[in-house]
Amino acid sequence: MDEWTSDEFPRGATIPVAGNSCEYVTGGWRSERPVRDDAKCTQCLLCWVFCPDTSVKVADEKVYDFDYDHCKGCGICAHECPADAIEMVPEGCELPGVK
Amino acid sequence: MAVEQKTVATTGNIMVAEAMRQSAPDVMAAYPITPQTTIVEEYAKYVAQGRVHTEYVTVESEHSAMSACIGASAAGARVMTATSSQGLAYMWEQLHIASGLRCPIVMANANRALAAPINIHCDHSDIMGARDTGWVIYFAETAQEAYDNTLMSVRVAEHPDVMLPVMTTLDGFITTHTIDRARLLSDEDAAKFVGTYTPEHALLDTDNPTSHGNFASLGGTYFEFKKAQRNAIDRSMEVIKNVGAEFAELSGRPFDVVEGWGMDDAEYVIIAIGSTAGNCRHVARELRAKGVAAGVLKIRVFRPFPFTEVAEAIKGVKAVAVLDRSESFGAEGGPVFLEVRSALYDMETRPLVINYIYGLGGADVKLELIQQVYDDLVDLADGVHESGRLVYLGAR
Ligand code: SF4
Ligand code: SF4
Repeated sequence: MDEWTSDEFPRGATIPVAGNSCEYVTGGWRSERPVRDDAKCTQCLLCWVFCPDTSVKVADEKVYDFDYDHCKGCGICAHECPADAIEMVPEGCELPGVK
Repeated sequence: MAVEQKTVATTGNIMVAEAMRQSAPDVMAAYPITPQTTIVEEYAKYVAQGRVHTEYVTVESEHSAMSACIGASAAGARVMTATSSQGLAYMWEQLHIASGLRCPIVMANANRALAAPINIHCDHSDIMGARDTGWVIYFAETAQEAYDNTLMSVRVAEHPDVMLPVMTTLDGFITTHTIDRARLLSDEDAAKFVGTYTPEHALLDTDNPTSHGNFASLGGTYFEFKKAQRNAIDRSMEVIKNVGAEFAELSGRPFDVVEGWGMDDAEYVIIAIGSTAGNCRHVARELRAKGVAAGVLKIRVFRPFPFTEVAEAIKGVKAVAVLDRSESFGAEGGPVFLEVRSALYDMETRPLVINYIYGLGGADVKLELIQQVYDDLVDLADGVHESGRLVYLGAR
């Protein structure tokens, strides 16, 4: 897409391929990232419920990571966590590229 | 050889409704506004009579009419509507959306003044205000042209190189309501000419889901989309000409984006748009009989503007008058004048030009006024007047 000329874009800004929004990386908005302390975490899954970006990764009913490509750093997970297991840590400069 | 056609005595609005019926749109959104009303009224009758199978959507405003058109067009339908004046103004943001989403909607506009003061009569304030919304714009001089332009519009709008909405305009009351002699193609010939529409990406094509009306801001893609739109309207010029040539062959009526009268050796030329071109030709014909080399250049397609064609046509002319039936307050002159003068800039020898704002709000365009314009042109060529002046023709 970065190399496309204007006439190569889909006409009228139509998106002709379904379900491609996961390719749109929004993590570049972030100034702070959530970091979870596994020792404090009770696996209540509230962070997963509240995350507006579905960026809390869960497998086998357990939180194991964040999707930093899409987590926009809003801090809602940290705010909602009843166990104070999530800390918002200032970002360095290695954010995923904005597309 | 042109095909056989029925001669009828009817109004411009009914001719537009006929052309729309013959193009068999899937959806027609309708909101009545003077002097467009009889287009959608007539069309409602066709639907009620079962003469056309169109989803006739009655809406509560022009803003909704254009919104319905955009939705239906994105869904994959062939779509039409009609409006006028304040109604067109009320569609404003939707006009940009229709062209930005590349919806090949065809709309008729009955050219009418904009308030205030309230006025229901003809001028081009409405349509000239919409000239930068990305629509292709045709002007009709007569009921016949209103019909012909509408049929051609469908082909231009839906052409894969274009895919833009098209407005076909006719002068309020003068062309919309007066009875004129016109020729109608048979339904079969018209349908064959217009053809069927196959959308590229239809929202209702559930096997191939698409997303329309998307966001394009960060990363600069909005810029590229606008350039693509510019390229499309530029490309439409060739399509308009090709479709016009094909239609001329079918109907026997010549078509060009600019149409000249007496232009071969003209020294004094009036450039006009819409119904006034007829008055100009009438006076020019009388002047020719007296030995004055008068000519008339009618602009039939305003967007894209036929810059080269206009410049080519007035190359050897001494003095040119540009008639504007709308204002561009605070500008050098009316919208047509600005375009024409810009077309002249790159020419080696430029004719002298003068601009007339005339007929606002339906003010009478008497033959004496047109005569006055030609008299002024002779004076201009003789150095009596200066070039580039703006005159309010016939205003106290
Ligand atoms: S910071 Fe916001 S976006 Fe990121 S994981 Fe937490 S709730 Fe989700
Ligand atoms: S809200 Fe806190 S305690 Fe609950 S799962 Fe998330 S990190 Fe663990």
